[in-house]
Amino acid sequence: MDAATAGRTFGRRLPSAARAFGMRRPPLVLLGLGLMVGLAAALPALYLVVAVLDDARGALDAVLTDRTVGLITRSLGLAAAVTAAAIAIAVPLAWLTVRSDLPGRRIWATLLTLPLVIPSYIGAYLFVSALGPRGALADLLGVEQLPSIYGFSGAFLVLTLFTYPLVLIPLRGALQRMDPSLEEAARVMGRSPRDVFRSVVLPQLAPAIGAGGVLVALYVLSDFGAVSIMRFNSFTHDIYIAYESGFGRTEAAALGMVLVLVMLVLFAAYARVRAARALHRVTPGAQRPAQPVALARWRWPALAFCAGVAAIALVLPVGVLLYWATKQISSGLELGALAANSWHSLLAAAAAALAASLGAIAVALLSVRYPSLVTRIVERVGYAGYALPGIVVALALVFFTTRVALPLYQTLAVLVFALAIHYLPLAVSPIGASLLQVPPRLEEAARGLGRSPIAVLRTITTPLVASGVLGGAALVFLHALKELPATLLLAPIGFDTLATDVWQQTSFGFYEASAIPALLLLLIAAPPLYLLSAKASVAS
Amino acid sequence: MLIRRRLAPLAALAALLAGLAACGASEDETTLTLYSGRIAPIISPAVKQYEAASGFDVNTRYGDSPSLAATILEEGKNSPADVFFAQDAGSLEAVEKQGLLLELPADILAEVPPRYRSKGGAWVGVTGRARVIAYGEKVKASELPDSPLQLTDKKWKGRVGWAPRNASLQGYVTALRLVEGEDVARKWLEGMVANDVQTYNSNIPIRDAIAKGEIDLGLINHYYVAEAQAEDPDYPVKVHFPPEDLGSLVNTAGVAVLASTDNKEQALKFVRQMLSEQTQTYFSESSKEYPLVSGVPAPKELTPLADVPAPKIDLAKLDDLQGTLKLMRETGAL
Repeated sequence: MDAATAGRTFGRRLPSAARAFGMRRPPLVLLGLGLMVGLAAALPALYLVVAVLDDARGALDAVLTDRTVGLITRSLGLAAAVTAAAIAIAVPLAWLTVRSDLPGRRIWATLLTLPLVIPSYIGAYLFVSALGPRGALADLLGVEQLPSIYGFSGAFLVLTLFTYPLVLIPLRGALQRMDPSLEEAARVMGRSPRDVFRSVVLPQLAPAIGAGGVLVALYVLSDFGAVSIMRFNSFTHDIYIAYESGFGRTEAAALGMVLVLVMLVLFAAYARVRAARALHRVTPGAQRPAQPVALARWRWPALAFCAGVAAIALVLPVGVLLYWATKQISSGLELGALAANSWHSLLAAAAAALAASLGAIAVALLSVRYPSLVTRIVERVGYAGYALPGIVVALALVFFTTRVALPLYQTLAVLVFALAIHYLPLAVSPIGASLLQVPPRLEEAARGLGRSPIAVLRTITTPLVASGVLGGAALVFLHALKELPATLLLAPIGFDTLATDVWQQTSFGFYEASAIPALLLLLIAAPPLYLLSAKASVAS
Repeated sequence: MLIRRRLAPLAALAALLAGLAACGASEDETTLTLYSGRIAPIISPAVKQYEAASGFDVNTRYGDSPSLAATILEEGKNSPADVFFAQDAGSLEAVEKQGLLLELPADILAEVPPRYRSKGGAWVGVTGRARVIAYGEKVKASELPDSPLQLTDKKWKGRVGWAPRNASLQGYVTALRLVEGEDVARKWLEGMVANDVQTYNSNIPIRDAIAKGEIDLGLINHYYVAEAQAEDPDYPVKVHFPPEDLGSLVNTAGVAVLASTDNKEQALKFVRQMLSEQTQTYFSESSKEYPLVSGVPAPKELTPLADVPAPKIDLAKLDDLQGTLKLMRETGAL
């Protein structure tokens, strides 16, 4: 089968022909760029090493306790549960919004991705005030007290609802790029639609589910906002306590190192899944648009499912925000500050998305096209920045910038740099996935016709992976919009963003005043998400 | 067409970089850089008073006090900050310990009673906040305990809230260890955990939970309730100053000058402004904290500081936070 050979070609194992063409050795420019990006992404981890070496003994003492084991187990348990639930929500949503004739698919796709933008600390607070033991729901039902949502259940609920879009986005992309001919063949051979989904569609989606799942798991591991409000003691919670109250730099760093190690193990497992599945991919050369599946009598249940998820993950929190906002509007607004903060958020997040995408293209190209030990290390190191809590990334940059680039300290450039390395994996993963679907033969042909490697990259590869790049950039943008610890410590003085505004208000209990900046965050995030889903629809 | 399409991203990138460069920090001689662990609505009127008096501009970086302290520790001698205003003594002590703070002149230190300033002379308290037991409508005044140590009584099982991550509660535990001994502190923490104490993130959620009736008592700082009462006189939470066992320990928010400042004169002037009658009165009236400079009246709705049954304890001795954290972890409080 042509498709199968082509699939193998752009999997991790390159055929001897490619080696003969010298494809294995990456162009020096690309290698240099990739190494620079890798080094940049390694800074937070390097900082941890420096801090741990300060007092290696103390660091070991801090880590080698029963408490560490217990907390890691709790955190991993939460991460596993949230990841499973996020996948369970995202798979049907992705299929419905890409492959079915669900009415208003693009709108649903946009709405169902938006919960990603609600900062988890706001989301958790909203849930507590709505569903807490004495929250609005208790009032509404007229009961004295609801069962407590604090602890595991609350953290699980909030994190699932605000992270499942991390699976939904790559999954929709993968479904759109998937060649329908295999499914059709299976159907012709008499398999039932359900059987086809399980045995043909699902295996092909595994890499995207894996990529999104890893992001969800890492997000949960590094989250602080939701777990602290939901009163769930997690590992990251302990890292924050160490920074917050003990100034135990060594201890915090030692705990951070443990988190990096956990992340490496997780990622190694994911890489194995991806390597095994990559061989099953088919070329997009044969791709035709898939026929939307008629939902028929399932239409209403499907709509109810989408509406249900949107109601809990988006309408409920936004409803509370709107209610607060109306109260706030009556007491007056500072429009000038809101406009300036919106612009700052937009600027920093867009610049971070651009920088991360550029870096991610280099990293993804290296790891997909020129797999070797070096490129693998570069790719994995990139995930360290995402697995670590924001405060660690921020302090790492404080440490390095004040020592080697003082004039740049607390300029926008360093903030953008920090955001870009923090969220690099969010861009690498979709770009890598789309790159796996571009046959290297196209590139080889262009090289054979005398184009330089850089010209090939610009004229052949980049346009073909555009959807992956856009998807990655959007993810980075959405995360950077709501980022807090690095923005607080690294932004130029006076460079307030919507996220820092929300923080200022909530840190003093002015939750109502935080509603308007929080809603503006959603407003800024919506157009790129809509464009992304529109773009994807056109592509299919 | 093709060329234009290729150049567009490059042009966008160039424009962006130019924009980033233009946003670079500009240090000039008439600007003071303040790291503030207190939020803008509270601190900026006080800062404006300094700006008006000195003709200097202040650039303020906001954050929570411990993060800012951690930042200063990483910045070391290259810190752009001139002044550090922290919510709690612990953050200031941590920076002082690394030798990064300037020793303050004696006349500044003399403004504030020794209990409310650094032993090493590197920071000075600006306002005080007392630990209190806040209580809701279901609790009768006659039932209120005289000491936080009594909260381990079965009667209060599941009815009390605390915020073990908060520096103020940790300060209380440290004081308890110091004055009553390690065993008393350990027994209390274990007793609280066994009595199903409800854990919150910080003081405000505790106050709100009492108002909603989720819990009946809470260990918090006095002014959170005072503020809510200023907004709503019928606010359903009251405060009780427990007279025994350090129950109403007074903590401070304080200010320090960084040793690395290149603007020592103005930085000191800023500290003096914070201790001036004008600014002390402002803090007392707006955020309902206790002014620490003698002669400035405390908020009238509060028990006067002199009458608060606060234990006489040297705040500077409250720096064994590591020991406290260890104890809190061992007992399951954290």
